[in-house]
Amino acid sequence: MEFMKKHYKIILCGVFIGIIATLLQKLGNPANMGICVACFERDIAGALGFHRIPTVQYIRPEILAFVLGSFFSSLTFKEFKPRGGSLPLVRFFLGFFAMLGALVFLGCPWRALLRLAGGDGNAIIGIVGLIIGIFIGVQFIKHGYTLGRNYPAYKFAGLFMPLLMVGLLLLLLIKPVISTGVPFFSLKGPGSQHAPIIISFSAAFLIGIFAQRTRFCTMGSIRDIIILKDFHLASGVVSLLIFAFLGNLMLGQFHPGFVNQPIAHTNHLWNFLGMVLSGLAYALAGGCPGRQLFLSGEGDIDAGVFVIGMIVGAGFAHNFATAASPSGIAPWSPFAVIVGLLFCIATGLFMRKNIA
Amino acid sequence: MEKKILDVRGLSCPQPVYETKKAIEHPSFDVLEVLVDTKTALENIKRLLDSRKDIQYTVEEREDYKVTLSKLMG
Repeated sequence: MEFMKKHYKIILCGVFIGIIATLLQKLGNPANMGICVACFERDIAGALGFHRIPTVQYIRPEILAFVLGSFFSSLTFKEFKPRGGSLPLVRFFLGFFAMLGALVFLGCPWRALLRLAGGDGNAIIGIVGLIIGIFIGVQFIKHGYTLGRNYPAYKFAGLFMPLLMVGLLLLLLIKPVISTGVPFFSLKGPGSQHAPIIISFSAAFLIGIFAQRTRFCTMGSIRDIIILKDFHLASGVVSLLIFAFLGNLMLGQFHPGFVNQPIAHTNHLWNFLGMVLSGLAYALAGGCPGRQLFLSGEGDIDAGVFVIGMIVGAGFAHNFATAASPSGIAPWSPFAVIVGLLFCIATGLFMRKNIA
Repeated sequence: MEKKILDVRGLSCPQPVYETKKAIEHPSFDVLEVLVDTKTALENIKRLLDSRKDIQYTVEEREDYKVTLSKLMG
């Protein structure tokens, strides 16, 4: 009871995300993908023509609403604080490689939980990989890894990410006719499957508010257990898993097994290593993809750079055949994961100093 | 006794709370002033300190720097 009292806000946030994600799925979002920050940013990259895979192109309102909800919340609660300058280029590449890893496993940590909640056993291997990746990241942090400090920035600079999201929202609503064909919207495949815009946007806007208030972070939940023995964030993440599972049971969306799971493959080794890469990159950047969106909404410019890195990474991953698909990994998936791991390990090793 | 100052402003998660944890677990720890610039880091540090029965603390809200100056007389 004491535990509930201390952590009820983050627990409620997890419950809310879990339920909303299963409902969005019922209302049209892809199976076991009610919300996936990595996949949805990939769809946005596709809509903008950064890659040309016709089945994964859509301006996902959830991503826009996460940033705008967090922006609204941080303004309301006087936490909007433009800041930046903590090695943005490194953060760009951490985002870039995090996305390459996520698109080998096929999901961010949120989707890993939602896949598990939908019965996809492959998610277990991904989550174990995620934990190992974060564990490695924590070892670097314990040995002095840091990207250094950020500094207060101009108000206007802190508005860039929210403004970018407003721009994407206008593209989605107006669908301008441009001779090159952009923005692209999938006619079949996962990109064509989506809940009504108004529902996706409103639900995700509320999530943006709750998550900004509670600092909900999947990577942080595991990291804090390892480094601080603190179960605060984990209580929210476990709630997400439990309520997404219950939601799926009630809506008939729970189908246990490994084979033929929606938008997933069964290559255990690369499911595992893809998520090791992502987990390590998230740990080195200080937040999971969702958290980076919420931070970017409250004025963290470096988090915004990480988000842009992920979107560029998504375009790269599909153009260079490193992104897996339901039929399995792509020819260059292993190469991408290995290069990404080398990058992250070098970053963790060479970027150390005594800060305090 | 000399008061140590730990400046964790501008650092990414989990460094503010982790550096605080390291400092209070250091054998020479006695009194410590921690400079924090985000509510998130402050909450994390408070959660750490609340979990420790052997530490008391107060939080003071103020600007990062305060410079007081005046024109010389005569």
